[in-house]
Amino acid sequence: MADYKAVVIGGGPAGLAAALAAADKGAGTLIIERENRLGGILKQCIHDGFGVIRFGEKLSGCEYAQRFIDKVKAHPGIEVRLLTFVIDIKKSDIFTITATSSRGIETITAENLIFANGCRERTARQVNIHGTRPAGVMTAGVAQNYVNLQGVLPGKRCVILGSGDIGLIMARRLTLEGARVLGVYEAKSTPSGLTRNIVQCLHDFDIPLHLSKTVKRVFGHGRLEAVEVCSVNDKMEYIDGTEEIIPCDTLIVSVGLIPENELAESLNIPLDPRTRGPFVDQNMMTLEDGVYSVGNCLHVHDLVDYVSETAETAGRAAAGSKAPRELLDIEQEGFLYLVPQKLDLDSLAPETVFYFRTAMPREAATLDVTVDGEVVFSKKYQNLKPPEMERVEVPLSPKKGQTVKFFLSGREVK
Amino acid sequence: MRLVCIVCPNSCLLEVEKTDAGVKVTGNKCKRGITFAIEEVTAPKRSLTTTVRTVFENFPVAPVRTNGEIPKEKIPAVMAYLKTVVADKRYKAGDVICGNVLDTGVDIIITIDMDQEG
Ligand SMILES: Cc1cc2nc3c(=O)[nH]c(=O)nc-3n(C[C@H](O)[C@H](O)[C@H](O)COP(=O)(O)OP(=O)(O)OC[C@H]3O[C@@H](n4cnc5c(N)ncnc54)[C@H](O)[C@@H]3O)c2cc1C
Ligand code: SF4
Repeated sequence: MADYKAVVIGGGPAGLAAALAAADKGAGTLIIERENRLGGILKQCIHDGFGVIRFGEKLSGCEYAQRFIDKVKAHPGIEVRLLTFVIDIKKSDIFTITATSSRGIETITAENLIFANGCRERTARQVNIHGTRPAGVMTAGVAQNYVNLQGVLPGKRCVILGSGDIGLIMARRLTLEGARVLGVYEAKSTPSGLTRNIVQCLHDFDIPLHLSKTVKRVFGHGRLEAVEVCSVNDKMEYIDGTEEIIPCDTLIVSVGLIPENELAESLNIPLDPRTRGPFVDQNMMTLEDGVYSVGNCLHVHDLVDYVSETAETAGRAAAGSKAPRELLDIEQEGFLYLVPQKLDLDSLAPETVFYFRTAMPREAATLDVTVDGEVVFSKKYQNLKPPEMERVEVPLSPKKGQTVKFFLSGREVK
Repeated sequence: MRLVCIVCPNSCLLEVEKTDAGVKVTGNKCKRGITFAIEEVTAPKRSLTTTVRTVFENFPVAPVRTNGEIPKEKIPAVMAYLKTVVADKRYKAGDVICGNVLDTGVDIIITIDMDQEG
């Protein structure tokens, strides 16, 4: 018999919600977290805007996490191991997890595994910036950690590359703490962050946003001294003669997040190239029986409320008994991605929750779901944008051998 | 006049028109957008989130927020004031660390349980 019915890897919002749901259904559950506190990335998200859907309140990330941490600590069915890092997982009829901590190397066995280990940030090296490698170039998440957890200002004159939400939130945060944010540079012609963050993080503080511009080169020995910015065309090629040197001591890179799936890949779990997370069914079970994936390692979420929701679905399923699955592929067109990508026909509920992002900005869009070519569900959207994930409940009960297709159409917005 | 509602992530694009009968707002998906637009054109308000120093070595700063909104133009003054505040005990999430900050009628609350490890 395994040590635990469910082992959750990662104690961020996804892991906390999954563990609570599993333990509420009676599963003996363990959370393994490499850091010294629960909460994951939310520990450093001191800004508000979390929990509007779930709690109807605007909480800070810390408060949102705290609500789940309190419940986890009080739950008799959940154990937590902090400062414990999962390094290896082997599969036989159960899963054997190897983890390191100050106690040494431990082996833990589990009937079911829930991956909730989050994502990592793309770095300056991954976006092709030329020049030296001075100090003062860092990702937005690292800058956020410095300011919000360590109380250290990473620089005085900052340039931000990338208009994702984390970069925008850091622009405001650094300004409030007394740094000067000289500008936010975005290579694409539209910002990637939510419009409300452009307004409340940039406009409120007169921070300029430069679209179709990128950082080409960094200068400085020891510490960053300047960056060279440059306009780009819609093929992301530099436009000669538009270069400009901006003296600064800090470059903050906020160019996207990538689901972290090294452990899942070591188990040969197939990943969807669109989400960069595992393919899953509606219970968030990957193509490996007994292995679930939730939160930002499944796909990068912008709203934590949905992270908690899907994690709970997985947690409940992981507490149940294992049964063979009858998986049906879902075909899709017009999406950046659609999750889940599979349906387990043997555990269908009357309605299935789907999350998606449109492939491009659209107006007057329609989502059609067909079974064997016949429309069974249709929904209209005024506006769809890739940075905004949509959630939709679809009543679906296809039979084995039928073709299920999700189709997104609508006027493309340039 | 066009405004983006910042109350929720929907970021509705609001069209605000001053008429004799008052302010007319369109484009809002819910009624919170109307309240936001009227305030934004008369007396804009924001909530503020930041950190305060603590006396604890393993917890150098603690996250705080306003438990309501304060006038936008008071943000620099409140930030300057909070630089002088030090958390000298292990507060819990929701505890008030400064009541009625700078007479705004709004309190500053701690947003984390400071008794955790780390
Ligand atoms: C900067 C930022 C700002 C955001 N702003 C908002 C917002 O305003 N509103 C909103 O709703 N959402 C926001 N989000 C999104 C939301 O916070 C995330 O989607 C959510 O935190 C993801 O949760 P998670 O549990 O999947 O990942 P994480 O919070 O990253 O947790 C993963 C955990 O796994 C642990 N871990 C990883 N690998 C291992 C291992 N091998 N062994 C043990 N432990 C491991 C990590 O230490 C971490 O604690 C923001 C996200 C970021 C990054
Ligand atoms: S009008 Fe309502 S739905 Fe639209 S952004 Fe404002 S609060 Fe959100």
